[in-house]
Formats: sequence, structure tokens, C-alpha cells
Amino acid sequence: MFGQGIVKGLWVTFKHFFNTYADDIKYAGRKYLRQENFEVRQGLRSQGAFTVQYPDEKLAVPERFRFTPFLVTEDTDPARVGEDWCTSCGICAKVCPPQCIWIVRGTDPNTGRPVPQPEAFFIDIDICMNCGFCAEFCPFDAIKMDHNYEMASYDRTMHHIHDKDRLSKPLSYWKSIAPTTALEEANARGGWEHPDVLKAMKKAGKAADKPTKDNMWNVLSAPANPALVAPAAPATAAESKPVTPAVPAAAAPAASAEGGKAKFDKQAMLAKIREKKAK
Amino acid sequence: MTVTEIPLVEATTSETAISRLKERFPGAVQDDSRHGYSGVVVDKSKLVEVATYMRDSLGYDYLSSATAVDYHGIADSMEMVYHAYRTAGGPALVFKAQTDRAKAELPSLTDVWPGADFQEREAYDLYGIQFAGHPNLKRILLWEGFNGYPMRKDWREAYYEEEHKPFESRWPAGWVRRAEELNVYGKNVHYPADFDLAKLTDKSEESLYSDLGLGVNVQDLSAENGHLKTDKLVVNMGPHHPSTHGVFRMIVTLDGETIESLEPVMGYLHRNHEKIGERNSWNHNMPFTDRLDYLSSMGNNHGYALAVEQLFATGNKWNPPSYRAECIRVLMVELTRIVNHYWAIGFLLNDLGAFFTPALYAIAEREKILDFFEATAGARMMCNYMRFGGLYKDLPERMHSVANLINDKVRDFDTMDYLSELINERIPRSIDELDEFLTASEIIKSRTVGVGYLPPEMAIAYSAAGPLLRASGVPYDVRRADPYSIYPELEFDVAVRYNGDIYDRYLIRLDEMRESVRILKQILPRLEKTKGEPVAGISQYMPRVPMGESYGRVENPKGELGYYVVSAGDEKGPQNPWRYHVRAPSFINLTALGPMCVGHKVADVVAILGSIDIVLGETDR
Repeated sequence: MFGQGIVKGLWVTFKHFFNTYADDIKYAGRKYLRQENFEVRQGLRSQGAFTVQYPDEKLAVPERFRFTPFLVTEDTDPARVGEDWCTSCGICAKVCPPQCIWIVRGTDPNTGRPVPQPEAFFIDIDICMNCGFCAEFCPFDAIKMDHNYEMASYDRTMHHIHDKDRLSKPLSYWKSIAPTTALEEANARGGWEHPDVLKAMKKAGKAADKPTKDNMWNVLSAPANPALVAPAAPATAAESKPVTPAVPAAAAPAASAEGGKAKFDKQAMLAKIREKKAK
Repeated sequence: MTVTEIPLVEATTSETAISRLKERFPGAVQDDSRHGYSGVVVDKSKLVEVATYMRDSLGYDYLSSATAVDYHGIADSMEMVYHAYRTAGGPALVFKAQTDRAKAELPSLTDVWPGADFQEREAYDLYGIQFAGHPNLKRILLWEGFNGYPMRKDWREAYYEEEHKPFESRWPAGWVRRAEELNVYGKNVHYPADFDLAKLTDKSEESLYSDLGLGVNVQDLSAENGHLKTDKLVVNMGPHHPSTHGVFRMIVTLDGETIESLEPVMGYLHRNHEKIGERNSWNHNMPFTDRLDYLSSMGNNHGYALAVEQLFATGNKWNPPSYRAECIRVLMVELTRIVNHYWAIGFLLNDLGAFFTPALYAIAEREKILDFFEATAGARMMCNYMRFGGLYKDLPERMHSVANLINDKVRDFDTMDYLSELINERIPRSIDELDEFLTASEIIKSRTVGVGYLPPEMAIAYSAAGPLLRASGVPYDVRRADPYSIYPELEFDVAVRYNGDIYDRYLIRLDEMRESVRILKQILPRLEKTKGEPVAGISQYMPRVPMGESYGRVENPKGELGYYVVSAGDEKGPQNPWRYHVRAPSFINLTALGPMCVGHKVADVVAILGSIDIVLGETDR
């Protein structure tokens, strides 16, 4: 009979329409509240309308989700809170397909020799293509992909070039958004600490704890390796600021010899940038 | 589960064909003796004869790819590289024709293989090779005010920084600069010497408008011999039109409402992907391939990985992908095919006027697969999942998300459970539902049956690929005809339909989705069996690739996707491709659009275009 096909098709449409409300009845208002119901709606058993009421409600992003990169900083070792894991080796800048990463390698103010710490680190977020190569190839687990995709702003010229200040996030943030991946990485390193710290600890004969889910959030009560904390700096290096070593292990020989490097000074860096721009 | 041996098409060696060619054309056909190269070099004066002989006597009826390479700096020559295949299956016959750079000229092969039309125009556009005998030789991706031929090695783009990435300025003294500061917008465009922007008229389209008889006297249109004398009309469909699936223009010449001729105009999304690819290192290109056919990025990754792996395999230190890696690749690629066909069917119905109901039903199902991609590769569409010799990471244990600033609620599924429910229940059910929803509909039938007919011999001649070719009754599928990965051991049928109209192109997509489900069901036990096998690819971030050329091709959802890569210019193994060419199925399938539309109405053009299923990211590159 002519028209049978259309009727059959409309039946499918009707089923879809009905299923949307069937879910409402089935969960009787709890559809948006309980965790199980949320999993059903964002899972394979959802039926009918599948709209997510953004921004009231968001799609759950999985652990491996990658958006823009951020820099990992130390927060387990109380002596070195806020220090970069980055050693400014430049691999992320080289492996970046659209070349959106700009790194200024740190230099020792006394000797002019390079030290494994970035003096400045920029990512032009407009150019970043969210491929995740920087995080994948970083040998120090110092750059990771963030989950925060709500980054709209009104100004595209300066706001979209993220500097080190804006990029830096503590390691615990990474553990919080991607616990499984963080655990895998820690196991690959052999401990929750920075690879260089682990190396130094091994040298000192001190074994790191095997990373597990339980000791994930442990904060060290004492510095991981007291030998790495530099002695008080000579007065010439920095006026009255407390001095901490640049990066613990790789810099350790240099640091102990020269008395450590002044803590990264953001104001000085910005002044430098302005000066450079003025030229 | 037993793995049955599938008899493959008899692998006819190209050596026999080459020796017959050399016999027939002594002196004009020579082996390509360069290290890592294959095939023959044909004297350009004999090119058309050799090609005709190849097609008629040797059976190489399908020209897959025709592209140019500039060997500036290595030799003072450019060459066209052709890959011809038999539609009965088997490996390629690669042949090349060389010409010097200063006066680049080659005979056109459009008479032998009409499918060479767009590809030769592209070579003319990007390399400046003149093709003698080409019926319509004009720029195809760029506009006529473009200065120079951008794919030549000595051409430099507006924001030129260095020949190759990584750029020196990024490290160790990487004080950030925005490209616009160095090269201010407005001062970064160069026009050809005799080009006047103010007086711009598009000469390439003048002929279209010339015989329109502008300024017609209405009196002359009165009845003559009982027929109303009508005038022709040129309609520009697009570039901004929802039915074109992007920015794409069709110049349609109409007689009344009937189409007399149709010419596709493209390039609005052109970004010279291939030039970017040559500036890039080998690894850099992987995420860029995602952006070609952005609906099926896994397939794009696979093709590129295959092409570069062929080069790696010629070197000594090389571990091919593990069995598990191959299984996951096939899993991803087949899921991608389903994703793509959901989309294609949904939007074909959009084009037919069933506005968004079928499309959204299809997208709802597609979403479930994208969730899996996101949990595995990290992104829904720009997956960037495959690496040379492996994958980015193994499948996750659980598809898990954590409550944090962004997620207020979370979900947590076992990956294998999710996959098996998806493959065994959700997808087959939804395919059946789509079938029930659309196939029998009288409206769809009356709009599609018999419309946009493409005969099989024309489909082959126009180098059509994928569902477009198979809906015309040519059972040519790269997975069977020139198998790669683990496809030889998988059981599936090449979907084929015989009517060659829009309706069959719709049906064949349903068939292919069902075949994909069949493949996926065979993949699941293999995944269980190989649990724990390493899948990682090479670990170097800037690998060196052995010198040579290779052509990696895969059966992408839209048709045959090929990557022609050349590694040259560095004895230690170049870090950057010398040539990186993408044989884009969306682009070449459009060659057949014009002939398919002739004789139909304007509304049918939209449906025919929808049935080819193009993505402009790939068409324009």
C-alpha cells in the first residue's frame, strides 16, 4: 500500500518522542539527581532526547580528555612548593606540531650557564591544536593536558598567550583530574616525586615509596632529600629573599658549588619582556 | 572462533606488467633505479601512448593518484607520479614522467583516465606544470590573483619562518612573538606582476557567461514552432549554502529548471595542507591528518601511519605494530566508518528536506562511539591516536571521569563491557531502526531512485572511490583488493549495489555499517585474547625515516584515502618529508558530480552532492 513506508517511519519518530517522556516517568524527577541515573543518561542505555542542558549540566569528560597544556609544579615536598617540574629541555617546543610553545631557558645569574629551569614559558593558546604531543613526549612528566575547556575571553591579543604563571598548576591538580593516568606515570617513574629527585634519592640510598592509590595524596613532612636543599645563599645572590634551589637534582652540583640561584622572579621577567618589546 | 581463509584476488605482480611495457616501448620506459623508489619512468613524449596501453592491454583501468613532486635542490626536475590499479585488485603500477622546472610541461592524461582531470589541475595550480591537451586547465584550489606556485620548494609563504620545523625561535630563547607582529596583516599578500586587484574579473569563468545573451529582447522569446524559446541561466549555488556541507560552490547552467552543465568550484577552505606537511616533521603531521576528513580522523591517521611505516620497514631498526595494536586500529577504523555513515545518511536526509530528525537520531548514536574515542584517544574528533609502529596508548581499563571543577557528575564504565554492548546491541539496533525509519519511505524513494545515475564504467574512469564506486556495481574495496593490516584474516563482504543512483548510495552505507559491525564482532575476542600486549609506537620525538617513496592507502569511509610520501635529501634519514601528498577521496569523487547532475533539476543537485558525501576539510586541504 502506498504510504506504508511513511507510516512505518513515523512510528519510529513516535517511539523516540515517547521514550523521552518514558525516562521522565521511570526516574520520576530523579533523572538529573542520582549518580546512577546520570550514568544511564550519558551511557549506552539512554533513550529518546539526549540533550545535555549546558551549562547547567555538562558532559562528563573522561580522564584522558585533552584540551590545552599546563605545567606541573611541585606541591608534595614542603621545601619546594611551587617549583617547576619543567627542566626547559625544549622537547615539547620541538615536538609541537603548530609550534605554539615558546621557552626561555633559565641561566645562572652568576655564571651565565644554563640551568634546568624555564625562565619563561609561553603557550599561544590560539595556535595550540590540542594534540597532546607535548605531554606525551615530555620525559619529566612536567607538562600535562588540562580538562578545562571554558576559556572564552574578550581579548584575543594578549589573553590568549598564556605565560608561566597562568600555565602552572600543582601536581595534585593533575592527580585530581586524571588519577589513573597519574598513577601509571608515577609507576613508570618509580615514585610520586620528580624523576630528578628520584634519581638523587637513589644515589643517596633512599628508596622511594611504591606509588599506589593510597599514598597518592601524601605530603612529605620533611624535604624529600635534605642534601638537595641548598645552604643559605650568599648575600649577593638575593637581597633578603629566602633562597631555594632552582631544580633539585640536575642542578645540584652547580647549586652546591655556587650557592644556588635566586628564586624565579616574575616581575624581573616581565620587565625584561617589556624591555625586549620596546626594542 | 575459527579464522577462515578468505581467498584474495590473485595478486598480479606489477613486474610482469612492467616487462611487457618495456617490450612494447623500448627506450621509452625505464626502471626507476633511485634507492627506495619503485615503478617506471616514462618518457614524456610517449606518456599518453604508454598510459593507453596500460589501460587497454594490461588492465590498469583505475587511476588512483596523480601528483607532482618538486626535486629542486636534488635534481633540477619535477615529476608527475601516477598510481594505476586494476579494479580486479592487486598492487599498483607506479609510473612517472619527468619535466624540467623552468619549463614544466607534460601531456595530459585526461583522455585516458578522466579521473586525472582535477588532479592535473591541482598539479598545475600548486606546481605550475602545464598539461598539454587538458580541456579546462585553470587553478582549482587557489584563486587567480595568487602569486606563484606554492608547492614548489623555493616558494615561501607569508608567515615564512624557516624551511623546517622545529623553529629556532622557540627554544632556548623563546620570547614569544605573534606572527602578525612580524608580518603585518595587509602587507603579507603579493599579487602577480600584471594583476590589478581593482579591475578583477574572473577570466576563468568568462566563458560561462559569454553565451548567455545578456540584454535579451523579450519579443524574441515568443513561441516558435510551438515551443517557447527559453534562455539559459547561470546559477551560483554556494559557496555559502547549507546544502553544500561547507564552503563549496557549484556553477550550474540551467535551461528552464533542467541542468545543462555543472562545474564545482572549491578551495575556499584551502590551507595548503601539503606545504604545511613538508615543513613539519614526520610526527608533526599526525594530528594534521585529523583535520582532513574531520569526521573520520582515525582512518586518516591509519593511512598516514601505513605510508610512513612502509618507509620504516625498508630500514633496519624497525618493529612493526604488535597484533593488538593492529586489532585496535581496525576497531577504531571500523567504528569511524560507522560514525561517518551515520553522519552521511543523516545529512543526506537533511538535503532531501527531512530537516534534522533523521540527522539527530543518527548523531545520537554517533555520540556513543565518540564517547569511546574520547575516553581512549582523548578527543572526540581530532583523535590523533595512531603512531608509527603502534598507538598512542592502549584502551583504558575503565571509561572513567572524575568529579572536579568541570564535572559535577561523573561516569565510570568498564571499557570492554561498554564496547561489547555498543557493538552487539546498540549499534545493530540503531542501524535496523534507521533502516525501518527511512528505507521504505515513499518520499525518499521518489526523490532518490534513478536520480544521479553513475554507470560503472564511468565511475571507474572518473576514479570514483568508496561507496560512490561500489553503489555503481564495482566491488572495489581496498581492504580486499590491496589488503593491509589484519583485514585478510577477517570475514566480511564487500558491500556492492548495482543501480548507481542516490538510493543505492544510501543503501550501501547501511550495508557497509552492517559489515563493519560484523568485523567489530570478530575484533572483540581478539582484544580479549591479546590483553597486555604492548601497543606503543616508536618513542623518538623526531624520528629519522629511511629514504624512499611510499604510497599508503586505506579504505576510508568516503573512499580510498592515499598518502604519497617521499623521504629524500638527507643521507642519515630525513626528519621531514620531502613530499607529503594526500589523495583525498572527497576531492576526486567530485569529478563525477557534474556528469551525474546533467539532466536533473536544481533540487536534485543538493541530493546528489549529499550522496557523494564530501567533507570540505579534505576536498580543499
